[in-house]
Amino acid sequence: MGFFSKSIDRLKTALKKTAEVLNTDVRTLFVPGRQIDDAFLDEIEEKFIRADMGVKNVQIIIGAIRDRWRLGKIRNADEAKDVVKEIMLRDWPAEEREIRFNPNGPTVIMVAGVNGAGKTTSIAKLANLLKNRAGKSVMVAAGDTFRAAAVEQLTIWSERLGVEIVKHKQGGDPAAVAYDACEAAKARGIDVVIVDTAGRLHTQQHLMRELQKIREVISKRIDGAPHEVILVLDATTGQNAVNQAKNFMQCVQVTGLMLAKLDGTAKGGVILSIKDELNIPVKFIGLGETPEDIETFDPQRFVDALFGDETA
Amino acid sequence: MFDTLTDKFSSVFRNLSGKGRISEENIRESMREVRVALLEADVNLKVVNDFCEQVVQKAVGQEVIKSLQPAQLMVKIVNDELVNLMGPVDTQIYTVTPGPTVIMMCGLQGSGKTTTCGKLALYLKAKGHNPMLAAVDLQRPAAVQQLRTLAEQTDVPIYADDTKVAPHGEVARGAAVSVARAAVNKARELGRDILILDTAGRLAIDQELMDELKDVNEAVKPHQIFLVLDSMTGQDAVNSAKAFNEKLELDGLILTKFDSDTRGGALLSAKMVTGKPVKFLGVGEKLDRLEEFRPEGVASRILGMGDIVGLVEAAHDKFDMEQQTKLAEKMEKGEFTLDDFMSQMGQIKKLGPMGKVLGMIPGMSELAKQANMNGEGVEGHMGRMQAIYNSMNRRERKKPDMVDAPRRRRIARGAGVEVNEVGQFLKQFDMSRSMMRAVGGMNMFSRMKMMKGLMSGDLGAIAQPGTNMLRTKRSGWQEPKDRNKKKKKR
Repeated sequence: MGFFSKSIDRLKTALKKTAEVLNTDVRTLFVPGRQIDDAFLDEIEEKFIRADMGVKNVQIIIGAIRDRWRLGKIRNADEAKDVVKEIMLRDWPAEEREIRFNPNGPTVIMVAGVNGAGKTTSIAKLANLLKNRAGKSVMVAAGDTFRAAAVEQLTIWSERLGVEIVKHKQGGDPAAVAYDACEAAKARGIDVVIVDTAGRLHTQQHLMRELQKIREVISKRIDGAPHEVILVLDATTGQNAVNQAKNFMQCVQVTGLMLAKLDGTAKGGVILSIKDELNIPVKFIGLGETPEDIETFDPQRFVDALFGDETA
Repeated sequence: MFDTLTDKFSSVFRNLSGKGRISEENIRESMREVRVALLEADVNLKVVNDFCEQVVQKAVGQEVIKSLQPAQLMVKIVNDELVNLMGPVDTQIYTVTPGPTVIMMCGLQGSGKTTTCGKLALYLKAKGHNPMLAAVDLQRPAAVQQLRTLAEQTDVPIYADDTKVAPHGEVARGAAVSVARAAVNKARELGRDILILDTAGRLAIDQELMDELKDVNEAVKPHQIFLVLDSMTGQDAVNSAKAFNEKLELDGLILTKFDSDTRGGALLSAKMVTGKPVKFLGVGEKLDRLEEFRPEGVASRILGMGDIVGLVEAAHDKFDMEQQTKLAEKMEKGEFTLDDFMSQMGQIKKLGPMGKVLGMIPGMSELAKQANMNGEGVEGHMGRMQAIYNSMNRRERKKPDMVDAPRRRRIARGAGVEVNEVGQFLKQFDMSRSMMRAVGGMNMFSRMKMMKGLMSGDLGAIAQPGTNMLRTKRSGWQEPKDRNKKKKKR
């Protein structure tokens, strides 16, 4: 296990919280002993679609249950649950879900996403995680020079968390901010640089090119950088999240996802579609507004939580 | 997708054509595709199911069965019904006298409230109002500063009190109320007729923050409360919209980030569950990118059909109408020249970035994508056509038929293109001309449709103008008059 599981208590609380927030009402559906019938299948369909899992995925799951049920292989809800879990758990990117650190020199984490996805808050969370739980020295780079007061917002976070910040004026060149941050990190021996970027819709090609440029500048300053490109997705987003992931992937080679705002009523089921179409691991989930509300993502836990099962 | 939807309907009905009867069951079956389309567009499941049932009832009532083209009629019913559900349209901002009219914006974190406040202020200013902004978001770091910047950009006064900002980790409950109250007084004092309150983003299940919103509501009694909702929201749109509506009794919805490629099912869901009108759509990062809502475009978008009405309106604004009339006259006389062809092209160009324009036309978003993939872009392609045109002399432009091989070589050299491209260009014009002759008096959609064929070199598309055309008539637009004549010519 990595550096996150330092405190077993913390993990347990988080687990409980994850289970609570991810908990759909599917629990009531898979009552032990309930027989499978058409009404049952309809209910599953409804609940899974409501979790934003996408029509295609839901149809695959329902199809699998129906097939086995017709063949007489399964009869009750408990068995159906196993089928569902099996399908949901297959084909997750096996890749390590923790941050890839640069063994020589600063590790650069670039954070991108559409407007309002929760990038800045997620950066605060990552910074907190790396500083306080992994004991790294952290610097943030205020690369969102576009949105009004975005620099101020990150500055406030950096003060609260006690991490360094590199910033320019609003309206400045974000690539220049990234450049300066990389140089400063090298000079000051900082372990991790987290580069914020302005929110941009994945359909805005000129803004996507700007993102590419930031990435290039970073890669020229530090070997192998950016070591992580984290795409922040809003858990309330529907099937459009797939398009987002696709376009950002194409543009800046996303290495991992952070699913923000999972503390609401949304279930973030769209990551199942993303998993099927793109091989990007979900690395973190955001569960609230404080910098502590971040956890590593684990498919098993995600799926168990969906069913309200306890994970050992 | 519009085309695909028609195709899907067709295929369902085609299988039955031999039997000569289409039953309710067949209609139901054909609706399956619509259901999937709507769910993929993130329309709430319950809304989808109700909608499909309604369409089936309507379709049965309208005797799709007897219709010669049941597939197209189905598409029309589905489209009309969607438009119907999203209406009635009411983009009016109601004001009170004496002022100030207080508008409160609320929504989840990251939905775009603060930006929308700025956009709304600018919109109201353009309408002749004297708006004022108030920073009641005391939670998010630098939210006050953000609104202040927007106030500067829009040149609108702002009421903000930095001393009231919530300390880290706390909720500034009483503070929000007092800031809101003070803002109303300030607006009255300054004689502003509209006050826009920017509130903190909150989850519908966050009791504490929802209560704060309720407190503000009771304290200043806003005349209008708008829910700002991210148009990319999934099934959860219903939960949030419902919760906010129950707590606050909303007056309208504003859907943001509509310039993304979202199909926008959240809009329909939120409208259905609250019963409140959609007022505006946010369609870009710039502050003037706020549009009054109209359902026609959104209906086709949710179905994946492209926004043809939006295109028509854009065309109406930007096209030189006089030139269009002249052109129509010319076409009727069969005098369509290369000059007209190019000027038509120029007109289309004025509508905006080609990729965007094409995206608004059913079936053409694919073409835009293809062009982008070639790395050339639609603009690039049109640019080359322009270059070829520029390299021709006046006589050649008048009588393109005279362009023989040596002339072709000369033009290609001048335009910096391959010789065969010149040939292609002339062929495209030639086809376009014969089409124009055949369908003089045809409406603009059809011409657009033709442009598609011309640019993609898809002869099939050119050969059938009028098929799959928009069925909903709008006053002033005519259906093509004489398909028979055209067929004879071919």
